[in-house]
Amino acid sequence: MSRVIVSSPYVAPGNSLKRLMIHVLVALLPGSVAYVWFFGPGVIVNICLAVVFALGFEAGILALRGKPVMPHLTDFSAVVAAWLFALCLPMHSPWWLVLVGMGFAMVAGKHLYGGLGFNPFNPAMVGYVVLLISFPREMTTWYLPGTVGGETLGLADSISYSFGTADIGRWDALSAATPLDQVRNGLAQGIPLSEIHGSPVFGAWGGAGWEWISLGWLVGGLYLLATRTIRWHIPLSLLAGLLAMSLLFYLADPASHASPLFHLLSGASMIGAFFIATDPVSAATTNLGRLCYGLMIGILTYVIRTWGGYPDGVAFAVLLANMCVPLIDYYTQPRVYGEK
Amino acid sequence: MPSRLHRFHGGLHLDGHKQESLARGLEQATLPPQLVLPLRQHIGDYNKPLVEVGTRVLKGETIASSSSPICAALHASSSGIVSAIENRPIAHPSGQSDLCMVIDVDGKDEATPAQAVDPHRLSADDMLRRIGDAGIVGLGGAAFPTAPKLRRGRGNNVDTLIINGVECEPYITCDDMLMREYADEVVRGCGFLQRMVDPRATLIAIEDNKPEAVEAMKRALTAQPLAATEIVVIPTLYPSGGEKQLIQVLTGKEVPHGQLAFDIGLLCQNVGTCVAIARALDSGEPLISRIVTVSGDNVARPGNWEVRLGTPVAHLLELAGGYRHRDESYLIMGGPMMGFALSGDRVPIVKASNCILAMREETIPHTPGYHDECIRCGKCTEVCPASLLPQQLYWHARARAYDRSRDFHLFDCIECGCCSAVCPSRIPLVQYYRAAKSEIRAAQKAQFKSDRARARFEFREKRLLLKKQQDEERKRLKREALQKKRKLPTGEAAASDPVQAALARVKERKKAVQDETP
Repeated sequence: MSRVIVSSPYVAPGNSLKRLMIHVLVALLPGSVAYVWFFGPGVIVNICLAVVFALGFEAGILALRGKPVMPHLTDFSAVVAAWLFALCLPMHSPWWLVLVGMGFAMVAGKHLYGGLGFNPFNPAMVGYVVLLISFPREMTTWYLPGTVGGETLGLADSISYSFGTADIGRWDALSAATPLDQVRNGLAQGIPLSEIHGSPVFGAWGGAGWEWISLGWLVGGLYLLATRTIRWHIPLSLLAGLLAMSLLFYLADPASHASPLFHLLSGASMIGAFFIATDPVSAATTNLGRLCYGLMIGILTYVIRTWGGYPDGVAFAVLLANMCVPLIDYYTQPRVYGEK
Repeated sequence: MPSRLHRFHGGLHLDGHKQESLARGLEQATLPPQLVLPLRQHIGDYNKPLVEVGTRVLKGETIASSSSPICAALHASSSGIVSAIENRPIAHPSGQSDLCMVIDVDGKDEATPAQAVDPHRLSADDMLRRIGDAGIVGLGGAAFPTAPKLRRGRGNNVDTLIINGVECEPYITCDDMLMREYADEVVRGCGFLQRMVDPRATLIAIEDNKPEAVEAMKRALTAQPLAATEIVVIPTLYPSGGEKQLIQVLTGKEVPHGQLAFDIGLLCQNVGTCVAIARALDSGEPLISRIVTVSGDNVARPGNWEVRLGTPVAHLLELAGGYRHRDESYLIMGGPMMGFALSGDRVPIVKASNCILAMREETIPHTPGYHDECIRCGKCTEVCPASLLPQQLYWHARARAYDRSRDFHLFDCIECGCCSAVCPSRIPLVQYYRAAKSEIRAAQKAQFKSDRARARFEFREKRLLLKKQQDEERKRLKREALQKKRKLPTGEAAASDPVQAALARVKERKKAVQDETP
């Protein structure tokens, strides 16, 4: 008999990488739909560009590395990374910005370290941070949501905008600072918080539109928890860290610190807690380690938002925490059966 | 008595697949034309054959034994002629051959005269000796010789005796069937164990997916009550039948690292072992048969058979109606989680064989050359009953960083297979651990050998040097003695060089000759 003798267990695995990734993509839908609702189909253009570039880079570098291309492309990990990356970009980003970011994410962030499973940093965040540092003007050009006087572009306009064929001057007038930016810049100029909140970019609890998008990420996150695609430790501790920091400073001086609810529902807090920080490859893996890791990101996010120079702190916080993962994992090993 | 049950970390709820083989009652397997009995069917030393080729042996006759303390004797499972003592393929993960006694069965099934003794008059030591003589080993799967285990238990003050009727692996139902059919003998065996190790309490643990077995055991225990004995129904969760996990479920205690159950006052025995003990003590019957489950999606009539040891797997599969699909099948000895693939169906049933699974090739998750990389999702960590970090172990095992593997407690892995079963990247994790463990063991063995060789070499060098020194010393003394002896009769002649003297003599003679010639 010339059969392959395999070692036990002989049960068919009930799980696969592909299924995990599809769960994540499904969970991204509610927030993405809300995003499109408030900001127009430009989001879709961003996502499509990012996915196409990511798959292209992934296929190219897999071929260069002599690895099987199709099994890796169809595990959808590149699609998930591209989707998350696209959601972090400002609307109507030029195509080359997406290309550079995705190229850096896939080539330097992922494959130079050995591909999926070996990257110490979250590839989407690597791409995003590279762009943020290299192209600050493009990366901080945000728009008002359509519901509060902003003008959303149609699909055709969005595409032509991304490829630079549209009349750029006409649309530049639409740009506005993000709610987080406004709070920080306003406070820096000594404007009281109540006055800053008068601006149309603010909604009931957070940024106008943004608060609903954040709730969309929360719904998706709960789906991930329900399907056990992620565990509760990282999202909970991340949000708890952010909540604790914002509550502490809000209670100490409510006039010059944004409310905890504003922090939880603004910027990338929710998507970061459920989708970005939970990237298993670059996150801590022990339960205690996950709690430390999430808490660290939550606290760092608040610190960078409040005292740093960038519009949001989640990306930097995640990358900083990624660096600490080996250390966290080492010191949070669970007690083995029979050990004292 | 446990006031409440505990939980171990992790574990898996698996599809039981138990009903297939429980559809029919226990059947007696027919005798095969030939029995193949490996000389070593237990953990421990080899048996030496006691009979020669050509001898006629009777059922129950001791055909091989050893004087080693960790060993279990071997008996003829039926009457017939010993036709060979040779290497035959045996049931082993490596698919290797081992020394076997082959008996051509004569079909008479003639037994050795029974030496019936009233077991109640036996002392504990007599009982232990009889258990040893009967060749009984742990029938739960590990096949550790029972008598030495009980001897150690007696020396260690057993607080709680645990009778394991958990049987947590999918498909396997031999213990379930055994408890249904032989509950009385389980309880009798349990009573003998109590007399031998004198525990404070006895717990008979059964998983809650075996209500019939629980009922049968309860009836048997009512019929012949035992002191401080309780049947404990535990929740179904793989691998709660593992000794360490069962101890944790029942007592909440953990067996400390590097120690055994005795060390915390516990002794575990499988229900099948209890029946073997009861038979050995009641009627002097040695261990010559066991119940084997035959199941799997490629077997026509799954069920349980009481099988003579040495019966070839092929014979048993024939009784089970052969294969359902095609003529070939993937054969597994043991359960799907911890069993191992057989190299073929010629291998014999041994004391440790609890189950034969015939699976369709399609159902077996073949490990192709390709598996996804570990994404550190931690699902393996969640299910590991030993609370290990399987992905870290995998990482180090793959990198052959064996020191690091040991730091992450590789040797605490019980190879239950939970981590492999849940891995989304479908990495054959346990396979990596097995490979790492065997490489570490091989390296240790090699290290031990080379250490011993070095010690031997160094000792030899030292011995040779010493010998050389002694020889030289002796030579020196001899020379000195000689010189002293020569010096004693000293004269002028002796002092002058004899060579010079000889040369002078030759010269003189030559001169004389020249002078004579004109």
